[in-house]
Amino acid sequence: MLRLDGITKIYKVGAFGGRTMTAVDDVSFDLRPGEVVSLIGESGSGKTTIGRMILGLTSPSGGSITLDGARVTPGKAYYRHVQGVFQDPFSCYNPVFKVDRVLQMIKNEYFPGVAASEWEGRITESLKEVRLNPGQVLGKYPHQLSGGQLQRLLIARALLLDLRFLVADEITSMLDASTRIDVLNLLADLKSRGLGVLFVTHDLSLGNYISERAVVLYRGQVVESGPTEMVFGNPLHPYTIKLLSSVPQLTTKWDGASATLRDDGPAAPSTLVEAEPGHLVRQDDAPTRLRSVS
Amino acid sequence: MTLRVDDLRVHYRTLRGEVKAIDGVTFDVGDGEILGLAGESGCGKTTLGKSLIRMDGRMRLAGGAAELDGEELPIGDDHRMNPFRFTKVSIIPQYSMSAMNPTRRIGRMVAELLRSRGRQLDTDELGRRLDLVELPREVLQRYPIELSGGMKQRMVMVISTLLDPSLLIADEITSALDVSTQKAVARTLVEFRDRGFVRSMIFITHDISLTYQIADTIMVMYAGKLAEKAPAGVIVGEPRHPYTRLLISSLPEVGVRYTDRRLAGIPGEPPSLLDPPAGCRFRDRCPLAFDKCAEEPPVVEVEPGHHVACWKA
Repeated sequence: MLRLDGITKIYKVGAFGGRTMTAVDDVSFDLRPGEVVSLIGESGSGKTTIGRMILGLTSPSGGSITLDGARVTPGKAYYRHVQGVFQDPFSCYNPVFKVDRVLQMIKNEYFPGVAASEWEGRITESLKEVRLNPGQVLGKYPHQLSGGQLQRLLIARALLLDLRFLVADEITSMLDASTRIDVLNLLADLKSRGLGVLFVTHDLSLGNYISERAVVLYRGQVVESGPTEMVFGNPLHPYTIKLLSSVPQLTTKWDGASATLRDDGPAAPSTLVEAEPGHLVRQDDAPTRLRSVS
Repeated sequence: MTLRVDDLRVHYRTLRGEVKAIDGVTFDVGDGEILGLAGESGCGKTTLGKSLIRMDGRMRLAGGAAELDGEELPIGDDHRMNPFRFTKVSIIPQYSMSAMNPTRRIGRMVAELLRSRGRQLDTDELGRRLDLVELPREVLQRYPIELSGGMKQRMVMVISTLLDPSLLIADEITSALDVSTQKAVARTLVEFRDRGFVRSMIFITHDISLTYQIADTIMVMYAGKLAEKAPAGVIVGEPRHPYTRLLISSLPEVGVRYTDRRLAGIPGEPPSLLDPPAGCRFRDRCPLAFDKCAEEPPVVEVEPGHHVACWKA
């Protein structure tokens, strides 16, 4: 189990780092095997920072991240189990490396002892798992493949390792509606082999579609978290309610004014309260800061 | 009828030949109408928007004509288009974050822009429009870099519509925005139409559910051709073209769960437009395809205002 406990990230900003900006503020949740947790928030909510801290790309300013109870130290042993896939598949590849070489690097780094023939079998298997035809992608350069293929290939690459947790940061935002759903279904299918997925997104309908649990972030703080059907079916925090009402839907048209939270600087100290079993909601002054926008 | 486009063909010149990005599209946009243009990437929707205001160097008008307010729109002639741009046809570009001159204060930039078109800046009107999009009038004293992304977007919206164009092209303007900002921007566009700042609008997006919120009519394109065009409610409620149906059924809505109902994507990929296949271009991916699809289906008006290009519609 991957557990985040009171994770905080403070960036120094300003000309000489004189001021600080709290990007992530005391966030705790855990990611279990065979489960998709969606991390939902708008730009600047800290969702990507959380993903990057899990992947060891930035270090937390406070709190701890543990894998099976042991504190995480980024390194080969950790990356064997925890990997990330990011938003822009086109910039993730070295443009002069063919796909085979990208996959070969995994073998050189992590599985030097595996025989070449067996490795080939593993590649075929993991490509099949992401529904890619090996003949269509092997031997190609990244620019010869489509966004959906590249994104699936990144997942296949991660699957070659002894992958247990995957951080998927906005992986579908650059894909078409029809390809997007294929990648989502793929993530959902990977759950059955025991993979835990942290699905970072700003699209509530996508988060709702595949996740077991949802964590809603606002300005670095968790405002609501719990099983997806509770958070989406019975949203309690005003921010979640407003966010849900802004999602364009095919069945209903928008009504009433939309709303944003006024920017009043750091939020007042507040606590998460358990509204139903497993459904946490932040009790704060948000209702008074809601402002309607026509 | 504000805009009438007749059998428009726009090709891209590439080293390997001409890419037929728009291959015979006919449609019109009425007074006060918001036309939503939807489709996958590479279906020609951005090309269509661009060709109505400015073709870039690689684009070539291969045929067809456009007419705005009864006057011919010389879309193939970059120079002759100049009097129309900004005054009659205007665009809100996708990347409005970088659309403004970074070295000028915004107010000065707007004044220079207007002077270059031989117009005077009406400060009161500009102020009223800034109020409408909830921008403080002080933004005119600032540089673009001092504004946030959403503010820049709104500023560009105001500048683009300042001369009350007949036709406004909004190309994927909400794709980079969060849901709540997206909603505010989309509603502002409707407000602009209601107040008569723009007569009609082409709203380009890949997100059908967003188009549905604001568009009167939705036109779905596939591989450079018109697939279906109908009032927004009809496209969403009773689509006739199999591509529209598949596109809509692949959208996850809030409330749809993977465990309850597994959605499916559209298998396969759009055909290459370098040498598009004969017959219906959706044939290879279509679940309903039959022998007749080897012939190209004409665009037929199946009901008043509902055009479909499919043999099975």
